[in-house]
Amino acid sequence: MAIISRGFHGRRPPAGRKLPPGQYETTGFPVLSAGPTPWISTDKWELSVTTETGRRHSWDWAALTKLPSETPTVDLHCVTKWSKFGTRWQGVSLDVLLADVETAAEYVLVSSYGGYTTNLPLEDLLDGKAWIAYGYDGRPLAPEHGGPARLLVPHLYLWKSAKWVHGLELREKDIPGFWESAGYHNYGDPWQEQRYRGD
Amino acid sequence: MTAGTPADTAGIPPDAEGGYIDGNALAGPLAELFAVDLTAATSQCAHCSNTGPVARLHVYRQAPGLVARCQQCGQVMLRLVRAPETVWLDTSGITVLSIPVGAD
Amino acid sequence: MARTAVSRRLGDRLRWRVAEVTERRAESATAVTLVLEVPEWPGHLAGQHVDIRLTAEDGYSTQRSYSIASAPDGTRLELTVQRVVEGEVSPYLVDELMPGDQLELRGPVGGWFVWQPEQEEPVLLVAGGSGLVPLMCMIRSRRAAGSRVPFRVLYSLRSPAELLYGPEIRQGTPGVDLTHIYTREAPQQSARPPGRITPDDLARHGWPPDFAPTCYVCGPTAFVEKAAAYLVLLGHDPERVRTERFGGGED
Repeated sequence: MAIISRGFHGRRPPAGRKLPPGQYETTGFPVLSAGPTPWISTDKWELSVTTETGRRHSWDWAALTKLPSETPTVDLHCVTKWSKFGTRWQGVSLDVLLADVETAAEYVLVSSYGGYTTNLPLEDLLDGKAWIAYGYDGRPLAPEHGGPARLLVPHLYLWKSAKWVHGLELREKDIPGFWESAGYHNYGDPWQEQRYRGD
Repeated sequence: MTAGTPADTAGIPPDAEGGYIDGNALAGPLAELFAVDLTAATSQCAHCSNTGPVARLHVYRQAPGLVARCQQCGQVMLRLVRAPETVWLDTSGITVLSIPVGAD
Repeated sequence: MARTAVSRRLGDRLRWRVAEVTERRAESATAVTLVLEVPEWPGHLAGQHVDIRLTAEDGYSTQRSYSIASAPDGTRLELTVQRVVEGEVSPYLVDELMPGDQLELRGPVGGWFVWQPEQEEPVLLVAGGSGLVPLMCMIRSRRAAGSRVPFRVLYSLRSPAELLYGPEIRQGTPGVDLTHIYTREAPQQSARPPGRITPDDLARHGWPPDFAPTCYVCGPTAFVEKAAAYLVLLGHDPERVRTERFGGGED
């Protein structure tokens, strides 16, 4: 049993909004990263989608930004317990990106520049639930927050919203990503508080 | 160090350029598991074979867990995730640890 | 000695202990030394650190590491904490924590960034700001052990107002040569204009590489990065340069 530190509150503004269990609100935008920040020029940037049959689709920066974009305002929930309300993004819905991709796969392994990976069911990327985001708060997405482009899946813990997204591999079998293979929950629903494996 | 390894990283700004600190920061979290200090141990990187003290690894802690990378090639050598009742330790990026234990 | 410290702990998993604050001492406008009484403290080596855990009434908990500032002295332990603006933990430790309060602590930990009185080679200490804390522990441990190993210290700080351990440093220690490097504002009598540490500073006030000193460098990541690279550039064996980066401006 921990002793209580008299008068210690941590840096947490009073939360007046609905927070998932165990979360605290922050007004800042903490930068979390498991490695050095990759700096990818948009000239060299590429996003690929590879299907379970090996069929590869790819977009360069011009092709991505030519696609119709949306400006979702969403809440973010990080597994390290901070939540940030009302963040404003610009990006391409995965529904648009995957519209012409033929697949029967149920899972996606997302990989990033820098080597990070994360996995999730394909259905969690569809129906307006996920974007490839390249704008934040009216500006191009900064490298420390995942620019030039990151995955944005706000209904799951933020580690699923891979920064510096580079490829989506559509798979018939699920395979755990970077944190999922090191003790974190395979799905990561903040409202169910699925932080660690077994939660 | 005057700053270390927060279990909860809520609201902490990022580390300075480079974003990492030394492997020394692993001392506390590893001492929770092992009876000898592993930061003074020599580790060999499974990716590039570079060897050196664990204390020299580059540790990223502004993350859901601690990630220690090879100072030479940047590949992940060790990951440590602290759940309330379980510690997850992945050392698959290390081929050999040579651990000074002193004479009996 | 790492050996005795290690064997003492064999089979004993590191656990949280409850420490009590017995005294606070202001070191500068933004730093305070907390004197702690830690029952059954096993002793420590110069350069080791402790983890501190704070828990709020609603269960919110967070932890940080702090270097030990004092030489081994029974169950008494001193930590020096620099207040970081916007920090979550350091303002609490610097401004709120009072004698009689308790906090949770585990340690000592770290077996690599340490100096032991058995070491015979000359020592170079390079501190950036509050990176002085574990190095001060080495200076104090040297004195406590009666070691005559020559120490040279380069202490980089923004201005005289940020000086830690002022009276003790001004008094000096025989065999310990200390040079201040002021980066923004130097005292009037200072010959060196304010500016960041340079290879020339390290060459002039450090040891020649062929004396094979062990170099300990501690401070913010960017400072350590530079100072360690300069030392290697000057010909010091990288194996003899030990670093402790404590990150950016966070606490």
